[in-house]
Amino acid sequence: MVRRQGVELYLGISLIIFLTVFAVLSPLFANYDPHQTDAERWLQSPGKEHFFGTDRLGRDIYSRVVYGARVSLAVGILAMLLSITVGTALGALAGYFGGFADQLIMRLTDIVLVYPTMLLALTLVAIFEPAIWLVVLVIGGTGWPAVARLVRGEIMRLKNLEFAAAARMLGASHRRVLLVHLLPNALGQIVVAATVAVPAAIMTEAGLGYFGLGIQPPIPTWGNMLREAQNYIRHAWWYATFPGAAIFLTVFAFHLTGEGLRQRLDPKSQSGRERRAYDH
Amino acid sequence: MIRILLNRLWQTVIVLFGVTLITFLIMHSAPGHPLQANPELRLDPTAVERWLELQELDGPLPAQYLSWLSRLFRGDFGMSLIYNRPVLELALERLPATLFLTVPAFLLALGLAISCGTWAALRQGGFGDRLLGLGSLAGLSLPSFWLGIILMMLFSYGYPWLPAAGMRTAEDSSVLDILIHLILPLTMLVVGSFSYYFRYVRYAVLAVLSQDFIKIARARGFTELYIVFRYVLPNASLPIVTVAALSLPLLFTGALVAEYVFSWPGIGRWIISSTLARDYPVIMAVNLSTAALVALSNFLADLLYLLIDPRLRFKA
Repeated sequence: MVRRQGVELYLGISLIIFLTVFAVLSPLFANYDPHQTDAERWLQSPGKEHFFGTDRLGRDIYSRVVYGARVSLAVGILAMLLSITVGTALGALAGYFGGFADQLIMRLTDIVLVYPTMLLALTLVAIFEPAIWLVVLVIGGTGWPAVARLVRGEIMRLKNLEFAAAARMLGASHRRVLLVHLLPNALGQIVVAATVAVPAAIMTEAGLGYFGLGIQPPIPTWGNMLREAQNYIRHAWWYATFPGAAIFLTVFAFHLTGEGLRQRLDPKSQSGRERRAYDH
Repeated sequence: MIRILLNRLWQTVIVLFGVTLITFLIMHSAPGHPLQANPELRLDPTAVERWLELQELDGPLPAQYLSWLSRLFRGDFGMSLIYNRPVLELALERLPATLFLTVPAFLLALGLAISCGTWAALRQGGFGDRLLGLGSLAGLSLPSFWLGIILMMLFSYGYPWLPAAGMRTAEDSSVLDILIHLILPLTMLVVGSFSYYFRYVRYAVLAVLSQDFIKIARARGFTELYIVFRYVLPNASLPIVTVAALSLPLLFTGALVAEYVFSWPGIGRWIISSTLARDYPVIMAVNLSTAALVALSNFLADLLYLLIDPRLRFKA
């Protein structure tokens, strides 16, 4: 069977670069101050002056969407770093040492995994006051078990290969075998997990914002813009359309990249998430 | 086989215990009095008073935990601080509306996914496969609440064909009226879960198609249709049944966002509004029971695995 290499990877990475440039250089791309209200021009439809129209306070939606990219990407990447770090560390320890450590870590993983992310995130943010660091902590703190499982499986597979045994026999310490020999070989899988973790975090952050529990106004985020917009959807189609489209585009970009990477790393599994590894 | 099952059961028990402990600790690390947290909330003061008194009576934290646990075992999930009524009663009242939305959505999404996923896998790399692959990736990337809003803008306001909110027009409305109300939230749910199941099914079918026995079946000259139903689907059913079993808890709570967006009078909308209002007993009960349902359906998936695949039984 002939298989062409997909365009997913290139399309995804180009989109991510494009969005990152917007986020980093927001002041250059925004033609208005995102906080500048204008009592005369509220709920104006998109036009030459306001590309995406204005919101209920006359603020420029395009500029707010551009600035919103900062929050979304920052939250997405920070939460991803947190879940990847914790997940890799715990997964590697569990996979390498096995035994009691493995049992302990895996049961903890199971416990966190059975909570539906959105519900747990809502609960935690509702109980404590919503703040940017809490949102990152909650999303990262619920995202690590999937990574831990993946890394654990990889390490368990790798540690039984000859090169790991050879390294041990040459006198390398456990730490050295794990850090220098095993983890670098699991890097591909970890990178794929990272490209899945970012869009998941962005989606959760937007969802929290939509329910009014994310990062609070006046900081413009795509989620809290959607929340404001939902009372105006009857009259102002642009209000909800553009922030939502921005979420979609960003999440899509990361999914495309993840899919492209997966195709390249593992030609057999052209599609699909990792199979649920419940066989430990 | 028995040993594997007992091991899984033991793991499930540990997880369930952990879930009660974590849920309890989360609730008790909440700062302050629920009424002080936000005085505008519509909490019932007498209910809040009673809730706090109950905690006083129980004494220190470990004792509180144990008495909460023993009440749980007796089926007492506490009283809602908003409605001043038992949480379980409130949940059961809303369950039919939720199931009316989630069960058809689940069946529709899974049925579509199995047929499209198999079809796409058989044409791996073809135009239809690539289109569906890209489409399902896009479907996964759609924020569900935004999709709901867009559907509402298009079909309730732009073209006023379908109602934007609720489950019925009047208290005594016909089944047809309810079905019309069902269309938009159902569509929103199906798009998301179809995308997810589709990718799963396609992957499972591809894995089977690469096996030698398929090549042999083809070599024997069986028709493609025969091969699909006789060889491919039975072998691919294992992972598909797993993902279906793991989605069962979503039948109860999966419609969180859809119910909220379309004001569907089910459990999901109640969960969201209770969480926003910091109705602690409800939040606690909901988190706990959802997590427990997930843990149990994990166990169920393992059971089904053993039932479906004879190899696993012998290996054990």
